[in-house]
Amino acid sequence: MSSQKRVKDSQAQKSTSQVSNSYQTNLLAGEEKEDLNDSKHSLKHGQDNPAEDYGHADDQGEDALQIAMRYFEKGSAVNTRILKCMIPTTLISEDSVVKAVSWLCVGKCSGSTKVLFYRWLVAMFDFIDHKDQINLLYGFFFASLQDDALCPYVCHLLYLLTKKENVKPFRVRKLLDLQTKMGMQPHLQALLSLYKFFAPTLISVSLPARKKIYFKNSENLWKTALFAVRQRNHGPPPEPLKLMLDPAQVRPVKRKWNSYSVIPALNSSSCSKECGKKGMTLSDYLSSNRSFPLEQLKSFPQLLQNIHCLELPSQMGAVLNNSLLLHYINCVKDESILLRLYHWLSQTLQEECIWYKMNNYEHGKEFTNFLDTIIRAECFLQEGFYSCETFLYKSLPLWDGFCCRSQFLQLVSWIPFSNFSEMKPLVFDHLGQLFFTSTIYFKCSVFQSLKELLQNWLLWLSTDIHMKPMMNSPLETTLGGSMNSVSELIHYVGWLSTTAMRLENNSTFLLHFILDFYGKVCDIYINYNLPLVVLFPPGIFYSALLSLDSSILNQLCYIMHRYRNNLTAAKKNELVQKTKSEFNFSSKTYQEFNHYLTAMVGCLWTSKPFQKGLYINPEVLEKAGIAEYKNSLNLVHHPALLSYAVSFLLQEWPEGRTVNMSSIRGKKWNWYLDYLFSEGLQGLKLFIKSSIHHSSVP
Amino acid sequence: MDSYDTPESTPRHSASSRLKDYFIGATPLQKRLESVRKQTSFIPTPPRRKIPQCSQLQEDNDPQKVAFLLHKQWTLYSLTPLYKFSYTNLKEYSRLLSAFIAAEKQKGLAVEVGEDFNIKVTFSTLLGMKGTQRDPEAFLVQILSKSQLPSENREHKVLWTGWFCCIFGDSLLETVSEDFTCVPLFLANGAETNTAIVGTWFQKTFDCYFSPLAINAFNLSWMAAMWTACKMDQYMAATEFLWSVPCSPQSLDISYAIHPEDAKALWDSVHKTPGEVTQEEVDLFMDCLYSHFHRHFKIHLSATRLVRVSTAVASAHTDGKIKILCHKYLIGVLAYLTELAIFQID
Repeated sequence: MSSQKRVKDSQAQKSTSQVSNSYQTNLLAGEEKEDLNDSKHSLKHGQDNPAEDYGHADDQGEDALQIAMRYFEKGSAVNTRILKCMIPTTLISEDSVVKAVSWLCVGKCSGSTKVLFYRWLVAMFDFIDHKDQINLLYGFFFASLQDDALCPYVCHLLYLLTKKENVKPFRVRKLLDLQTKMGMQPHLQALLSLYKFFAPTLISVSLPARKKIYFKNSENLWKTALFAVRQRNHGPPPEPLKLMLDPAQVRPVKRKWNSYSVIPALNSSSCSKECGKKGMTLSDYLSSNRSFPLEQLKSFPQLLQNIHCLELPSQMGAVLNNSLLLHYINCVKDESILLRLYHWLSQTLQEECIWYKMNNYEHGKEFTNFLDTIIRAECFLQEGFYSCETFLYKSLPLWDGFCCRSQFLQLVSWIPFSNFSEMKPLVFDHLGQLFFTSTIYFKCSVFQSLKELLQNWLLWLSTDIHMKPMMNSPLETTLGGSMNSVSELIHYVGWLSTTAMRLENNSTFLLHFILDFYGKVCDIYINYNLPLVVLFPPGIFYSALLSLDSSILNQLCYIMHRYRNNLTAAKKNELVQKTKSEFNFSSKTYQEFNHYLTAMVGCLWTSKPFQKGLYINPEVLEKAGIAEYKNSLNLVHHPALLSYAVSFLLQEWPEGRTVNMSSIRGKKWNWYLDYLFSEGLQGLKLFIKSSIHHSSVP
Repeated sequence: MDSYDTPESTPRHSASSRLKDYFIGATPLQKRLESVRKQTSFIPTPPRRKIPQCSQLQEDNDPQKVAFLLHKQWTLYSLTPLYKFSYTNLKEYSRLLSAFIAAEKQKGLAVEVGEDFNIKVTFSTLLGMKGTQRDPEAFLVQILSKSQLPSENREHKVLWTGWFCCIFGDSLLETVSEDFTCVPLFLANGAETNTAIVGTWFQKTFDCYFSPLAINAFNLSWMAAMWTACKMDQYMAATEFLWSVPCSPQSLDISYAIHPEDAKALWDSVHKTPGEVTQEEVDLFMDCLYSHFHRHFKIHLSATRLVRVSTAVASAHTDGKIKILCHKYLIGVLAYLTELAIFQID
């Protein structure tokens, strides 16, 4: 019982510290009278198999824990059995735990029983209803660390119990003494790192950079039973108790001293704050007391409640991995937060970028992952980082167009809105060089990311305009300036796509991506409420109109339909407003559209193609054997639709020996239209419904 | 991260204000961005620089400390601005950093902050080490070993030294808010492991970022020209260049030493604008050296890579190592290094 004595002695020594009073009164209370009305929180007696125990009613109403502890006087075999069977029905009252602890001090129980008791306490910790009283016994538990056998379990209990105010210099010293005596023990390490978390200025600890389990699982003995209790109490099982430190802190060793992982772990900035504590004013002190540690931030409501007193991470880069903090930096006005992120991200991108350094390609995977993380954050924020923009400026000229292609092009699509003509030499000229010398797949990806870029810019602008009218803002904050920038982007893509079509021999595949871009362009006025309509260049329009692919033609029809709607809406607004606004579209846009429309209707519907502005010598046509060309581009004969016409005829008149295309006219023409629409050519349907008067069936 | 599929119609309230700021260029972040754009779109280096002037050290410098910085090989790093660094807390930093080092050295063990270890860390300012009054004070960090023997109690052996400075760092100072301390140039001497530990501590504590600062051949030529242009009372060391020829299995180094007075004479012959060095002069100076070498050895040095420049003022290696020899031009050398460091963190 020497260990018992030690415990008592040290307890006596500590009697000056905060715990002694309440501890002693509880001890007395435990000996003299028992709290018999502990009905709400009760424990059960159990048989050997605790799982069978749940059915039993708690008829005694007496604190079973007390009884168990009283068995300390008897042989250890009995109370070991009892302890093993003690499973709470719902919760354990704090009082009974305190009393039970007091029985520990009577000096009758053996070391192994104590160990079992502590293990039980750790396992049941979550079921104890309050912990304030138990926390008052902190000094007592702490003193029990002296006992070598108890030490791991007491450490575990203290780990669960420790609050900031429990961390005292004398305790730190004691723990460090123990560490020197016992060497590097995982349980001591755990407790010390917790202490360090609460008081970084008192203690310094560096954890080995590999995953470590600090505590043996004390729950094992009661595992299945506890699981059942939990399920009964809370429904589905909650997450397992977090005994290890944050997994983010456990990282693979890396080649550089700069970082174990690229993105720093999330740590509150308490360290640097406490560094300055000498200069702290009272109000600083009060506010720091109320601050909310990041490590505890787990949910959005928590963020909202504590947004005024949130402790920021010591390394701002950590926000990239934390969506809640991304919310926070999205709304914060503090420039220094953004600057910290900016500097960190710029430097990290530069350092990690693999084509900056020769022979560094083995870290390619890591860099790709890092870029992915950044892009995820940008998508989450719906906003690009300036650091990424500057990174693009610097790295695009050196990029091979192959490495991390998808990530890189996504970064391009998240370039924050700005003046296009300023950006062009920095980004788009370099991208253009790669574009023209790369495969068709690269070209398609570029169009894809330019489409996303356009979409992001439009979203920015549309929300911005609705926030406040940009009436008297200086410089380019005018809507006109912004629209100019967007229209320059669209014209640039127009130029790019025309050239690309020529380079790639009018590839249908490429054209899909180009038309996809114009699918966004044609709807700017209506979808984003921005006064801009830019038509596609002739090179794209005619390529699409004469395409052999029906889906291209369908896409074109849809875009024309949307252009029409947008232009009509714009016209209507102009008429309503009367006042000459700066954003009335020039008549050139309307003329251009009408020209395209006439060409389309002439080809597809009226069989009078290209009547204006195009003269082909009849001799040439005769030589080519297509003297009768006029109807060869209508809905029936158009190369993209010919197969539809044939299957239409075969389906309707399966017995017909010859397929007579010209027979599709009059009523049959209408049936044919319905057939086309039913085949999924919805764009065509919309186009015909909106642009063609049905009286004019050929 | 919860979800990334935020619908595209989500109103973004913050965007509006930032957008406006963006155009006005009012915030420090905007100024940063502007400066990066300028630097990227135009020639990265200004075509002319001042020849370092004699002793620009401020009056209040400590000659002993300055002497300590000379004749040592320093490894260069660039450093982003320190967040919430305070010159009044240097003592506290010493205490924390020494505990951190002790803990790092015995990984897994916890150590008490302020406990007596056999190492000691000191932070001290390097008074007068600045270009303008706006430059923040330079400071020195040292790791000292405490001797176990009582007789030698006073004698601390310096294990590692590092110092932070900012000389004529206006372009950077303009673009940060007052929460930041800009000391973009960091120089370290001692074991790399110590640099790593100290750097890690700084990064964790002040949310900054260290990157090794290499000096490319272009900048080395500038150094060669500017340092040759410095007036010296007497030359203590030869002017020497080292070129590297990439050939297998071993690369071939070509060393080219010139009497410093000859180098100066060559410089004077190409130098036109008083007090300044221009890009043309730098090119011309190097071309003269190349053609001279070619005349004798029939080797085109311009096809090789310049890796080291040593003059009586200082010597610099492309790996980012520097040794400053001349007290008079300390500030001038540091000003150029600061410029390179700022360029790297932009």
